[in-house]
Amino acid sequence: MKSLVRYTVGIILVCAVLMYAASVMDQTSGKSGKDILTIYNWGEYIDPDLLKQFEKETGIHVIYETFDSNEAMMTKIEQGGTSYDISMPSEYTIEQMKERELLLPIDYKQIPNIKNIDEDFLDLDFDPKNKYSVPYFWGTVGIVYNTKMLKGQNFDSWDDLWDPSLKGKVILVDSAREVLGVSLNSMGKSLNSTDTDELKAATDKLIKMAPNVKAIIGDEVTQLMVNGDASVALTWSGQAADMMYENEDLTYNVPSEGSNLWFDNMVIPKTSKNITGAHKFINFMLDPEVAAQNADYVGYSTPNKAALKLMDPEVVNDERYYPSKEVRNNLHVYKNLGKEKIGEYNEFFLKFKMSIR
Amino acid sequence: MRNNKNSPFTLVPYYLWIALFVIAPIILVVYYSLLDLNGNFTFANYQNFFTGVYLKMTLSSFWYAFLITVFSLLVSYPTAYLITKTKQKQLWLILIIIPSWINLLLKTYAFIGIFGMSGPINAVLKTIGIPEQQILFTDASFVFVAVYIFIPFMILPIFNALDKLNPALIYASRDLGASKLTTFRRVILPLTMNGVKSGIQAVFIPSLSLFMITRLIAGNRVITLGTAIEQQFLVTQNWGMGSTIAVFLILFMFIIMLLTGQKEKGASQNGKAK
Repeated sequence: MKSLVRYTVGIILVCAVLMYAASVMDQTSGKSGKDILTIYNWGEYIDPDLLKQFEKETGIHVIYETFDSNEAMMTKIEQGGTSYDISMPSEYTIEQMKERELLLPIDYKQIPNIKNIDEDFLDLDFDPKNKYSVPYFWGTVGIVYNTKMLKGQNFDSWDDLWDPSLKGKVILVDSAREVLGVSLNSMGKSLNSTDTDELKAATDKLIKMAPNVKAIIGDEVTQLMVNGDASVALTWSGQAADMMYENEDLTYNVPSEGSNLWFDNMVIPKTSKNITGAHKFINFMLDPEVAAQNADYVGYSTPNKAALKLMDPEVVNDERYYPSKEVRNNLHVYKNLGKEKIGEYNEFFLKFKMSIR
Repeated sequence: MRNNKNSPFTLVPYYLWIALFVIAPIILVVYYSLLDLNGNFTFANYQNFFTGVYLKMTLSSFWYAFLITVFSLLVSYPTAYLITKTKQKQLWLILIIIPSWINLLLKTYAFIGIFGMSGPINAVLKTIGIPEQQILFTDASFVFVAVYIFIPFMILPIFNALDKLNPALIYASRDLGASKLTTFRRVILPLTMNGVKSGIQAVFIPSLSLFMITRLIAGNRVITLGTAIEQQFLVTQNWGMGSTIAVFLILFMFIIMLLTGQKEKGASQNGKAK
């Protein structure tokens, strides 16, 4: 027993020494104290130079972490653990986070730059009066295709994806609401449909598309489209912008029946320990020059109307990235349908996936 | 107690380990499988499992796991046999094991490039006059990559069994007039069966729950139980349904372990006449 006690004490001592060493090292690298800002963002979703600029201007040290789905991000914030100060969830996730009281209200006295945001993007249903969120980027869901490989197609209608000539060519994104949205839109139904019969009909219609489906994948689609391995894909506007930048034969279209309009927004999670710093960061990102540089880097559409004036007019006037107001009226924002309905969407999506053979 | 090295006290850490990391998680999985989305007690998840979609998925998971296991075995047995015949057994073995040290995702991404339309395989096909083929997102590419990943786990146990086999038994069989084929069928194979069984366990069970490569290589044209669990936990956030599928996966594993269980009179004992 004596030796056991000695070992235990020995191990505890070693741990204590290591912990002390770690805390000393943290202090010397400037990671302690108040002036850290932990940002939790999507991958490839900010110009890293801007983070450096922010550090230089404010003296706040930035820790930057990334996530790849809204759900994973929310789970991590809900569990606590890391004190994230800023995050960029999509609109339907903001509704969920509000319900679960994971967000802190934003104090607009500290954010004078809010005046730069286009009023069309403020005070939307998912967050009235923008109590908890500030728009970061927005975009659409549409079809990217290779004009050389698919001559004569323009995908002005979602139904074009059912065209028999596309056998084994269509790539879909691995996400239930986007894919079911294709067939809901093509039938003129709402993207936020909660009617089981409608969803069932939409799935049945999708199953008819099965022979055309080449694969259902995630971000890997960018490389396939750029290399010409695939000719047509369902995707988000910013991802399409990345592809078109690499391969000039590609173009992007939002079919006329309408589609999804989405927003990613800056929020302050309740885990925040540097609330002042978080406000400073939001205000910094809304600065016209900063927003313009960021939009140029990321490729999605900025809601910052002051920034638009500083950007390349060719991009700003491109309807593919900045659809006109008329087109935008046909676009709909996802509503939070609740866990059960989302579960139902995913069950139907699974059924569709199982039909692809 | 102090001087008794075999006292039950020394086993406490292992019991604790098993209780915390084996039994408790299984109990938690079963517990969650009985909850619905709102945390109420329900059997609906089990009912749901027996509807068409999940049964079909189970069947297709088994079918692909079966294919992967068969092809792994077909490649591994001769390979293991040849390695036992070489002079530098350890070197060859290391060469086979090294790829399994590389991250699975990295290897999978490499295959996306290899199988692509502009990848090396299509380049070879083109030079010999065969038109470009769609290789990625097919059943064949999925099974190929899975087999590639699992081969080391199949070779190792078979190699160990073959290596322990007493050569005297083979000579005896030859002396008694058995042909090479008969020797293999009646002597070598039965005596290395335990290695084959361990290999099958090490390949079949993980194949059932493969995910990621179902999306990256098969483009979700193949859906395994593993993919469904991942979706239920991360996307749908229906932990109940995810746990239910996991419960069935655990059940299937037990059944497979029972079917391929080791009998104590194995090759190693008979072969240890050295």
